[in-house]
Amino acid sequence: MKNDVDSKVSNTDHLSLLVEETSEGVQELLPREHTPIEEFYLEEGYVLRVPEEEAVDIDEVDLASVPADETMIINMGPQHPSTHGVLRIMMELDGETILRSKPVIGYLHTGMEKTAEMLTFMQGSTNVTRMDYLSPLNNELVFSLAVESLMDIEIPPRATWIRMLMSELNRISSHVMWMATNGMDLGSTSMMIYGFRERELILGFFEKVTGLRMNHNYIRPGGVAADLPDGWFDDVAAICETMPFRVEEYQELLTGQPIFRERVEGVGVITQQQAMALSATGPILRATGLPWDLRKTMPYLFYDQVDFDVIVGTVGDTYDRYSVRLNEILESVRIVEQILEKMPEGEYKSLDRKVTPPPRARIDESMEALIHHFKLHTEGYRVPAGENYVAIESPRGELGCYIVSSGENRPYRMHVRAPSFVNLQSLPVMLHGGLIADAVAVISSVDPVMGEVDR
Amino acid sequence: MGADPLLLGKISLGVLVLVVVKVVVAFAVLLVTVMLMIWFERKVISDMQNRIGPNRAGPFGLLQSLADGIKLFFKEDLVPDRSDSFVFKLAPYLAMVPAFVTFTIVPIGGYIKVFGYSTELQVADPPMGILLLLAMSSISVYGVMLAGWSSGSKYPLLGSVRASAQMISYEAAMGLSIVAVVLVTGSLSTRDMVLSQQGSFFGVIPHWNILRLGVIPFVIFLIAITAELNRPPFDLVEAEQELVGGFNTEYSSIRFALFYLAEFMNTVTMSAIIVTLFFGGPDGPDPAPLHWLWPILWFVIKTGVFAFIYVWLRAALPRLRYDRLMDLGWKVLIPLSLGWLLVIAGMQISKVAGFSMLAALIVGAGLLYRAMAVGQRSNATNAMSASLKVAPKDALDSRAKFGDTHVVSGKRVVTRISAEGVVSSKSGGDPDGRT
Repeated sequence: MKNDVDSKVSNTDHLSLLVEETSEGVQELLPREHTPIEEFYLEEGYVLRVPEEEAVDIDEVDLASVPADETMIINMGPQHPSTHGVLRIMMELDGETILRSKPVIGYLHTGMEKTAEMLTFMQGSTNVTRMDYLSPLNNELVFSLAVESLMDIEIPPRATWIRMLMSELNRISSHVMWMATNGMDLGSTSMMIYGFRERELILGFFEKVTGLRMNHNYIRPGGVAADLPDGWFDDVAAICETMPFRVEEYQELLTGQPIFRERVEGVGVITQQQAMALSATGPILRATGLPWDLRKTMPYLFYDQVDFDVIVGTVGDTYDRYSVRLNEILESVRIVEQILEKMPEGEYKSLDRKVTPPPRARIDESMEALIHHFKLHTEGYRVPAGENYVAIESPRGELGCYIVSSGENRPYRMHVRAPSFVNLQSLPVMLHGGLIADAVAVISSVDPVMGEVDR
Repeated sequence: MGADPLLLGKISLGVLVLVVVKVVVAFAVLLVTVMLMIWFERKVISDMQNRIGPNRAGPFGLLQSLADGIKLFFKEDLVPDRSDSFVFKLAPYLAMVPAFVTFTIVPIGGYIKVFGYSTELQVADPPMGILLLLAMSSISVYGVMLAGWSSGSKYPLLGSVRASAQMISYEAAMGLSIVAVVLVTGSLSTRDMVLSQQGSFFGVIPHWNILRLGVIPFVIFLIAITAELNRPPFDLVEAEQELVGGFNTEYSSIRFALFYLAEFMNTVTMSAIIVTLFFGGPDGPDPAPLHWLWPILWFVIKTGVFAFIYVWLRAALPRLRYDRLMDLGWKVLIPLSLGWLLVIAGMQISKVAGFSMLAALIVGAGLLYRAMAVGQRSNATNAMSASLKVAPKDALDSRAKFGDTHVVSGKRVVTRISAEGVVSSKSGGDPDGRT
């Protein structure tokens, strides 16, 4: 007992030190007596930026409703089987009920945005592809679109269609991976293996096209790195044929399963207003019933030329998020099938030699090609001064890239609006009042990728 | 203990040796079975999941569990600083010993003659028989509970609180379904239970308890036992994704192996107990010579079937949530088994007086209905409190906006919205609308 008292004292000392050091306060969830009322108000599950008449009066938050000595603060993570990486969630539990929770992040911070300022535009896509490692092609896509928007170059249609194809396939693989981990978190080990099996199918195709299974650096400013290989049509057609059957299997394994339904229905509910106030995007927002999908609402690439539906839920609980993702797999298959029909012949990258390197064979024949190749790979190309924000719909929500160029060959500043990062802040709202077993289901339903959160 | 036959000299050395041999053989057989069970589980589950499973150690990977055991032996044995080290070290044995002891009452065959002594293929046949099972399963609760409590860490503590609640509540349902068996047998001895199940109805249908009692006590027993064993889908105690590993988080090395061993040993033992209670134990056709072998064979096959069912459940089902588990135990299983017990008791008496059976049936049905109604109402309350978290205004607004009228019936809808507006609304996560 004496030990406990000692450690408590040194702990608070340590904390006050942290407050001074960071000037932003501690990241950790503090015991009730040390928690400032504003933070408490947030952690209780209320949201800022709701209309005034709906906001809860700060004085009404009842701090004393739970005696401090009857609760337990518990760490979920950063080393925990179901936090999807190094997410750390501190939770105050009353028995098994979650009273407050707070995600603590930063364990995977590698300074990627800063790194981007050191890399040329040409090298940039190798950097961004490592952020959201479950949908690397979407990261490359948004970076390339942002760079191109500053540069005024023309992308050949085939390149755009290839980008769409890869992006949609990546969406399928990411959602399938989510199905796998979600199943695992709810205790269904078979779902885990099935999900990985389907992901393998798509990664196999990616490897064929890009040479790599992850971190492809395939979509680059100016087009894509290489043309689709021979036989790509049959491979993609096979994927399109397989996926609906596999989705059918998931339906049998999970959707119709009463235990699964009990675990996810009515769990982690977030209202449309709360989701919007917390800037949640992607399946979380769509599960609340708002058809906000950038592919439809602000079409990029050729998404306005393909026919697909936006899937929305009604209640905004974990089950709706599950359903939205499951149906989105089928929608993506639909899009991919249309892309197969519409894929034109032509160049796969811009022929502007100031941006994309010449074919390797030309270097042996042409002095100019050699110079272009050398200049591009040493100095890179210069992007006119300016700034722009481009957003696309990644599997997790709105993935944005904000680039400021000062006219140099590297960005002055690059910021990525990572959907996982923004979605994470809706977690305390969804966890509030649930059980610890629900926490697992809810964290999983947010689908955070920590590489993207911490960057 | 003046009446102890051993001390009175009425038992010869031969009997004593026989008992010792039986104990040693049972111990060895059980250990080997557990080894095979672990291998069996891993192999079957890999097959169900498109994997290969263990295939390195020994033929077909048969020696994998042995290799794992040896590996664990040489791992560092950690005892956490904040643990209660005596209890911490004691707990694994409290979990494992009952698993061994329970197996002693399982009859695995008929009678055989050894050294001129006739003996039943069963380590012991105590007159209180099946009560030993209840006693032992109560003790094994202590193993899990103390392990979690003594670890001095939060996740194991949560695990052990879950464990004690879960195991104690399901023991009630389990005990009640055993009472049904005891009622028709008229004895607590497992040997008597097996003997009373021999023979058949009309010469075709086996005279097993599963049919004699109606299927319900068996189903209750199977569910209760699965919860008692902490096997999926009731493995909340060690729920890896929630509690990291539950009560055994802090255990390492051979102590961890003991828990693992106990879990699988319990699986085997309980499969055997189910066979004994409801499927006639070693009962079965006896066509060829080697009359002593057939019962054993039947017993092994039946036990294997249940071992397979456990593995199957693990591959197919997600984990229940804690409160749902408690609901299932207290609001469904216990009322149901109580009601069914009344019916069976009525039937027993009805051999003498036909009216009592009718009365018992009516009372039983009434009770059952009442219990179900109570359970339903509380479920409804839960559902209501869950839906209260949704701001109804928002939901209605969005529905009005996107023309989603299906929700009025309270059914969930996933809506597809294309450029022209709502294309189709389908229920659940099911694209074909067959939920």
